[in-house]
Amino acid sequence: MDAIILQILNGLDKGSAYALIALGLTLIFGTLGVVNFAHGALFMIGAFCAVTLNRLLSLSHQVVDETRTDFLGNPLRVDIPYVYEWFGPEVGATIIDWSVPLAILFAIPIMILIGLAMERGLIKHFYKRPHADQILVTFGLAIVLQEIIKAFYGANPIPTPAPEAFVGSFDFGALIGFDPLTIMYPYWRLVYFSFAIIIIAAVFAFLRYTTFGMVVRAGMADRETVGLLGINIDKRFTIMFAIAACVAGLAGVMYTPILSPNYNMGMNFLVLSFVVVVVGGMGSLPGAVAAGFLLGILESFASRAEVIDIIPGINQVIIYLVAIIVLLTRPRGLLGRKGVMEE
Amino acid sequence: MSKFHISRRGLLKGSAVAGIGLAAPTIFTSKAWASFTNEPKGDSVTLGFNVPQSGVYADEGADQLRALRLAVEHLNGEGDGGMMGTFSSKALKGNGILGKKVEFVTGDTQTKTDAARASARSMIEKDGAVMITGGSSSGPAVAVQALCQEAGVIFMAGLTHANDTTGKDRRRNGFRHFFNSYMSGAALAPVLASAYGKDRNAYYLTADYNWGYTTEQAISEATEGVGWTTVNKVLTPLGAGDFSSYIAPVLQSGADVLVLVHYGGDMVNSLTNAVQFGLRDAQANGKNFEIVVPLYSRLMAKGAGANVKGIFGSTNWHWSLPDEGSKAFTRSFGTKYGVPPSQAAHTVYCQALLYADAVERAGSFNPCGVVEALEDFEFDGLGNGPTLYRAEDHQCFKDVLVVKGKENPANEFDLLEIVEKTPVDQVTYPHDHPQFAGGALGACNAGS
Repeated sequence: MDAIILQILNGLDKGSAYALIALGLTLIFGTLGVVNFAHGALFMIGAFCAVTLNRLLSLSHQVVDETRTDFLGNPLRVDIPYVYEWFGPEVGATIIDWSVPLAILFAIPIMILIGLAMERGLIKHFYKRPHADQILVTFGLAIVLQEIIKAFYGANPIPTPAPEAFVGSFDFGALIGFDPLTIMYPYWRLVYFSFAIIIIAAVFAFLRYTTFGMVVRAGMADRETVGLLGINIDKRFTIMFAIAACVAGLAGVMYTPILSPNYNMGMNFLVLSFVVVVVGGMGSLPGAVAAGFLLGILESFASRAEVIDIIPGINQVIIYLVAIIVLLTRPRGLLGRKGVMEE
Repeated sequence: MSKFHISRRGLLKGSAVAGIGLAAPTIFTSKAWASFTNEPKGDSVTLGFNVPQSGVYADEGADQLRALRLAVEHLNGEGDGGMMGTFSSKALKGNGILGKKVEFVTGDTQTKTDAARASARSMIEKDGAVMITGGSSSGPAVAVQALCQEAGVIFMAGLTHANDTTGKDRRRNGFRHFFNSYMSGAALAPVLASAYGKDRNAYYLTADYNWGYTTEQAISEATEGVGWTTVNKVLTPLGAGDFSSYIAPVLQSGADVLVLVHYGGDMVNSLTNAVQFGLRDAQANGKNFEIVVPLYSRLMAKGAGANVKGIFGSTNWHWSLPDEGSKAFTRSFGTKYGVPPSQAAHTVYCQALLYADAVERAGSFNPCGVVEALEDFEFDGLGNGPTLYRAEDHQCFKDVLVVKGKENPANEFDLLEIVEKTPVDQVTYPHDHPQFAGGALGACNAGS
């Protein structure tokens, strides 16, 4: 029993990331009809927003410390961050320590700008082209973005730790009456899960309870009619693209303490997120979220040694296996509606 | 009735063929081999540096390229000479190799077998490289070694740690200076037994490719030899990213040691996950839970940050070694690039010097002469103490470093502390040891 709870918990954080990325993918697909293969790159850029803010806050000048030596035996040059001088060492250290949560504020404008630039600058020229062209151009864009990040930050993962307060794990087992130390769960993953729930709720509330959201939903259902009513739906869809980029970016920012970011992290998530969208049902937002969590948890179960012993390699194919089964039994996905992508 | 007719032209042809036939034995036995693949004709010689310039090991590759550029400088008599001054063999004169200026071309292995082969092939066929070196993964190393054997050029392997490179996939034209999985196990097991006790239960998370398999086997066999029990072995996909679903069940398995057979980015992620899940603070079977990383590199330690503190592993070389060779190399590299060299950089620098030296001693670039000069070659002064290039499998035998993540680093590069220098005798094995069985060097190939 404790093992089952552990794997469910474990699937939640990965499921959160899948759900957030898939949500954005579905939003873009549902509104603009574009299959955005650069969405994983947006997740990765979000993560690098956290890295960048951390670097900016750690900007320092060098002071020669005669008492210590560097690896060549010369006097050591010690880096003193400017924030230490501006706010004092203690406050300065706290600011750097909290760089990942602070990066949320930093990432929002950047991701919105990148989203707008991507949609207006490139993707809008491909609306009337076949899906294959859209996939090629967005995939190409993803590679370009990756290589830019690699040129600036190198290929190795960059550790970006969570604030000191969230380091370590708490004993979830003891909390619900199991033996102590059987179900450990890192604090930050709990933060990530809660964060994902808040973002997902915010996106749903925005679409459901605002006039803007209502128009967008109407546009998703029947773009032509909404256009005929004199509403500039394209502009709203562009804004939705920026929001989707922002959601992916924030998912990336908060994921950095879980997975040290490198330039390639987006691709790994992108492929799985596409499966999530398909399993959830093309164009269905609740479907994307539900499938995200479901597949995250399934993947976690399939990675258990006992399961791998029975079916070797199942951990690497389980998601695709489930996708095949779902598509065979429910060709529109779990919560897919009739008429989406079927014309 | 047949008529035996000899024309003037036929006679000329026939005697030419006969002449070649008569001369051939002396061509093959004479010291001045007739011709071989990419024989340098002008006043320069081209070496091929095949390193990962993109992909997950790109940082290792970049460091290798720095080291190889430095080696070329030193061979051509520029710079401070680095380890040429400390190298026990004095055949190198700083005037290139055999008086020919050293030039180089580079290729990108992308840490992919097919890409590595393609770039090596292009360097051999298009650029005329007479030797290929570099690389940071065993998959590409084995593939490129086989290619060089077919093409008739020398392969001086870069960072490759799988037993297979000098085990079942060994080749006469290929040489490995880096240590291997077996040596890591032999060096680590006694240190682990004395640090953590002999009654331990180990759980393995292993990268799913040839290096992972041989390293898992080597470490588990060596630790079982000192009394440890292997609880479970789980293969993880390369580049899994988040390893939490593999790590979460570890504490419930009855294990009290986790062995992470991961390298590069995978190691950084799996170790970070393990620390996040509280494994380092956990208790199991009444003992402190411990983590072991069989193959360590400073570049990885940097990626994993504070998580490496106190964790044991093994490494081929470390810049803080106090011998003259290491000091000379670190000074030379550090002055030029501002950072100390990694073990990946060190091994390819040594390989470049060892190749050049062997050519000088053989008096020819002919691969068969180089092979002869390197087989059973004993040397010192390249940072690992007295070293032997064993003839039977082309593996270097030298001391192995057992290291530990440093608790209080003095500077940003001071991440690993040397716990023990395991003497070479302790890590030496017969060339037909079961972990290396099934391979044969074959004959050397000089190509055309």
